[in-house]
Amino acid sequence: MTDTTLPAPTRRLPSMAVLGPLLALIVLIVIGALMNPNFLSGANITNVLARSAFIGIIAVGMTFVITAGGLDLSVGSMAAFIAGLMILVMNAALPSMGVGVPIILLGMAVALLAGTLAGMLNGFLITTLGIEAFIVTLGSMGIYRSLITWLANGGTLSLGFELRTFYRPVYFDGVLGVSWPIIVFALVVIIGEIIMTRTAFGRHCAATGSNEHVAHYSNVNVNRTRLLTYAALGMLVGVATIMYVPRLGSASASTGVLWELEAIAAVIIGGTVLKGGFGRVWGTVIGVLILSLIDNILNLTDFVSPYLNGAIQGVIIILAVILQRERKAAQ
Amino acid sequence: MKRITSFIAAAVVATLGTAALAQDTETKVIGVSIPAATHGWAGGMNFHAQETVKRLEAVYPQLDFVLSTASDPATQVNDIEDMVAVRGIDALVVLPFESDPLTPPVQAVAESGAWVTVVDRGLSVPGIEDLYVAGDNPGFGRVSGEFMVSKMPEGGDIVVFRGIPTTIDNERVDAFTAAIKDSGINVLAMEHGNWNRDDSFTVMEDFLSKYPKIDAVWASDDDMAIGVLAAIEAAGRDDIKFVLGGAGMKEMILRTSKGDEMIPANVTYPPSMIATAIELTAVGLTSNAPVSGTFKIGSVLVTEENAMDFYYPDSPF
Repeated sequence: MTDTTLPAPTRRLPSMAVLGPLLALIVLIVIGALMNPNFLSGANITNVLARSAFIGIIAVGMTFVITAGGLDLSVGSMAAFIAGLMILVMNAALPSMGVGVPIILLGMAVALLAGTLAGMLNGFLITTLGIEAFIVTLGSMGIYRSLITWLANGGTLSLGFELRTFYRPVYFDGVLGVSWPIIVFALVVIIGEIIMTRTAFGRHCAATGSNEHVAHYSNVNVNRTRLLTYAALGMLVGVATIMYVPRLGSASASTGVLWELEAIAAVIIGGTVLKGGFGRVWGTVIGVLILSLIDNILNLTDFVSPYLNGAIQGVIIILAVILQRERKAAQ
Repeated sequence: MKRITSFIAAAVVATLGTAALAQDTETKVIGVSIPAATHGWAGGMNFHAQETVKRLEAVYPQLDFVLSTASDPATQVNDIEDMVAVRGIDALVVLPFESDPLTPPVQAVAESGAWVTVVDRGLSVPGIEDLYVAGDNPGFGRVSGEFMVSKMPEGGDIVVFRGIPTTIDNERVDAFTAAIKDSGINVLAMEHGNWNRDDSFTVMEDFLSKYPKIDAVWASDDDMAIGVLAAIEAAGRDDIKFVLGGAGMKEMILRTSKGDEMIPANVTYPPSMIATAIELTAVGLTSNAPVSGTFKIGSVLVTEENAMDFYYPDSPF
């Protein structure tokens, strides 16, 4: 429809880098629907979207960091640490504040603040002190993982029972049948997309990632741009944690393990360039959905031995990127 | 001059005195090497190891303890080498991260003449250790299976959650499968929940979409049971009559003791077996009581009646 109404020369089909991941997603949905009739049921769709929200919200932030030529390996550990911190603070405030909305808001404020600070710390070490992003975030990954183990005394930190019951709807309830994690995820994506494509900051990220020196001479504050991407990612880790804690009401050393790699994989599958300079928020969403759907389909079918789940996932990730690459080269 | 001589004499006397004293109560060093607290059960095991060391140091002044926790097999090998080289340990209590990589270094410790106690996971070569304190994995599966059969005399459809793919997990599941054979219990599906709450939550959500009717769940671990219960609660399904976890997490034991119908029982696999191993090693080093051989810690069925006997409120697990 749009093609006929708009002048043809300026408009053409989206590049295959855009279509590749989308095709992969459609193929997965068709396979899932053929294999199990419950795949397209409302409950299953809600499950998949809600559980994608954690990685998805983080991956949107990761898209900006990678676009600006950075990398953050610490987000999984950071999420576990923030979840633990949030639970400790809320449990400690319970006797004085009682169960109610204020204590939940306190927990959320702690998560957002801790996330932003942790992200800024990463960003500060990377930009101002000029240390490799890989090294800084590998270091902070180990630090946060140890801190949560230490806070939990090697076990599990759990929210008080009444508090958990009160907070639970934040994951499981929603508006008009759409649960909160999905709504928050959608909002984060829309805001992310607008910032990436419509604002100076988005263009500064791409310029910084593409060529730091050229960006610098073009009056882009490279360090400030990078620092902001890490701070934003940290804050989004906080947002993801706010959605994560009400689900099981607990955090332990095994919370958020490998989230960083899933987030990075989702970003790359979605067509963002790993070495920076070009980022696509919508692509990242598709990448996240592809990753969740693979797990979901494997659980819904008895197609392969569960021992091979990881292998199937690996093959599909690589295929999705190859598809995208070959088409791009052919253009 | 005179003063110096008397000083030397005093020093000599003092040295001899110390030497004589040392001969009476020679300090022996016990090294304890365990995996770090990376999940609930290991956290409990770490807790019990620290408690036991603290207690025994007070009981036996002639014993010194070195406790180290490792987050991967290679680090554990380094830890053990350091204990031998730097601390000159007389006995080693080790819970191997993995059997194969830990076998040669533990064998070297045994060959050096030190006492070796192996806990939970056996080494790949038999006969290295002086004492083996073993958990009963097949027993764990069998007791779980027998409980399922007794609870579902008419049979029914169940789903099974497996741990991280390891020998431990295989032994448990094989014994479970054997125990429910010909009982009319039908296993709809088995999937790995990796002894992890989040993974099990996700898998259970998918099981609930896939199967319209599930009679019971063998979660095989309490962390996994928590994820499973949350998924059932969220889906609002009431066809599942009960969930059987395992390993005896304190929160779950408490719910069983209160007669929670969804969690009617538990099967122990106590992380405190590390305490048994350290105690027995200390007894062996300080007395004439023989402690070599194999000490198998049975997996016991916990129900509402006996639950409080297995409740340890101070433990993190």
